[in-house]
Amino acid sequence: MKISISDLKYNEKVVYGLRSLYKKYGYTQYKMSKFEEYDLYVRNKDFLMSDSIITFTDTNGKLMALKPDITLSIIKKSKDIPGFVQKFYYNENVYRVSKGTNTFKEIMQMGLECIGDLDDYCLSEVLILAAKSLKSISKNAILDVSHLGILSAFFDAAEIDEETRTQLTEYISEKNLSAICKTCAQKGIGKEKTDMLKKLVTLYGPAGEVMPKLRRIADGFKDKTPFEQLEKIINAAGDEYKDMIRIDFSVVSDMKYYNGIIFKGFIKGIPTSVVSGGQYDHMMQRMGRKSGAIGFAVYLDMLERLKVSQFKYDEDIVLIYDKNTDIKTLKKAVEELSQDGRSVTAQRQLPAKLTYRQLAKIQDGEVKILETND
Amino acid sequence: MKQMINIALPKGRLGDKVYDIFEKIGFECPSIKEANRKLIFENEKKGVRYFWVKPSDVARYVERGAADIGVAGKDIILEYEPDIYELIDLGIGKCRLAVAAPKGFHDDPQQTLKVATKFSNISQKYFSSLGREIDIIHLNGSIEIAPILGLSDVILDIVETGTTLKENNLEVIETVAPVSARLIANKASFKFKNTQIENIIEGMNSFLEAEAKTKPEAKK
Repeated sequence: MKISISDLKYNEKVVYGLRSLYKKYGYTQYKMSKFEEYDLYVRNKDFLMSDSIITFTDTNGKLMALKPDITLSIIKKSKDIPGFVQKFYYNENVYRVSKGTNTFKEIMQMGLECIGDLDDYCLSEVLILAAKSLKSISKNAILDVSHLGILSAFFDAAEIDEETRTQLTEYISEKNLSAICKTCAQKGIGKEKTDMLKKLVTLYGPAGEVMPKLRRIADGFKDKTPFEQLEKIINAAGDEYKDMIRIDFSVVSDMKYYNGIIFKGFIKGIPTSVVSGGQYDHMMQRMGRKSGAIGFAVYLDMLERLKVSQFKYDEDIVLIYDKNTDIKTLKKAVEELSQDGRSVTAQRQLPAKLTYRQLAKIQDGEVKILETND
Repeated sequence: MKQMINIALPKGRLGDKVYDIFEKIGFECPSIKEANRKLIFENEKKGVRYFWVKPSDVARYVERGAADIGVAGKDIILEYEPDIYELIDLGIGKCRLAVAAPKGFHDDPQQTLKVATKFSNISQKYFSSLGREIDIIHLNGSIEIAPILGLSDVILDIVETGTTLKENNLEVIETVAPVSARLIANKASFKFKNTQIENIIEGMNSFLEAEAKTKPEAKK
């Protein structure tokens, strides 16, 4: 059977495109069962996007869950081998509570994980693959990148306690300067440090424009390693992505799990991020691993919001026949009309509300075109 | 064609004040002042499109990207917790979220506290932070009447001057959070329409700074 690319739905085309992209870079597909032991998720609840999980008791009495996440399962099966990196991609359904309806939804998620003895090349490869993933969906895409090492170095230098860190991180993600200033003042964080944080939060734009300003901010830090790493990794992406990759410190993640490079990808026409990822060495440590890890997920369900004008017509051809039409003639007519891949529905009456490119009728053993809409 | 910025304004007095600021910083749209029932107004030359929506819906329009930016009260942001950028505290529409009760009310910690409010999420979070068990009675208006009729023990609502409370023999027993109008932006729009949004932020900030200088008492 010949399958034409035009037969595929928009989401399916995206999935095939991403699969071949990830394979090209040596990522192998990770397949898993629908269920995983509940224990895995309950220990790492904050790592998950929603904390509601569908559970059931298996025949052996174990409490199981319909997987709300793939990354944890991949970490569980990973091994620490010095000098070695495991590269996986996945395309699986996950079960989460949707924010709008507050009910469980099956969501198709695609993503990749690079786990093991990471170096800067691995980090830049994953960042580039995130950028390429976005580009394969739309030319009008932006990938915002941040480095959690910079934020945590700032928090350490200002000796900020855990509770205030969490609070400030939330305000940073909202670019909420007034709340940042207020909190800093309440906690006795000096003007110089507050101004530095404000500068970091308001910094936004392509690396070429932002980097010189960021270097000036870096002068105020003892350890410049995270700044240098961020610059190195973004530079490795090359000129092709110089407008698409932007620096934005409002991209934050839970520092209990994440460290280093983190990023979020946006596509014009979709109001929320469609790609989200980063380095999660802290999560690896929590699960007893010595290795590092970085990965990202592409939220394919979000792509529905892109107005892709694919379904202008329900059918290409509606073929009308009557009770006197010879079955063999009808069969031949359907086969001939559908030969070049067009869809043909044979009906005795024109169905109400059906949209079609052509309306045809069998009359005296011949196909007659009655109406053409295209 | 110039890329248009969609701006959601809250219907009512606050919205009028907010539009005046937009006008003063050079994003005027004269048709908005014409007396008619239109809800959407455009000034193509300036690249702005304004629309009036219910104040409590502004955050939704912005979060879902139907509006690129908007102005919403902090109360609405706290209640709906939208995933948006909260860019500027405009310092107008100032009031507070507070718990009020009939004068002389004594809270019996042995009993579940009945709270009438339209801010169910805020109430839940606030009282759970105090470890207080509550029963929420979600109302859509005339909240002050609830304790008078015995529907609830207390209310959690917006308090501006306190006159309505006084007239109904109620008093504030706890302030939950200060409220003022905020300029908010959709996260994706902020990236794709960055130059225009940054221009608006810059204009607003300079306007607020100038205002604060002329009226020192209006300082945030």
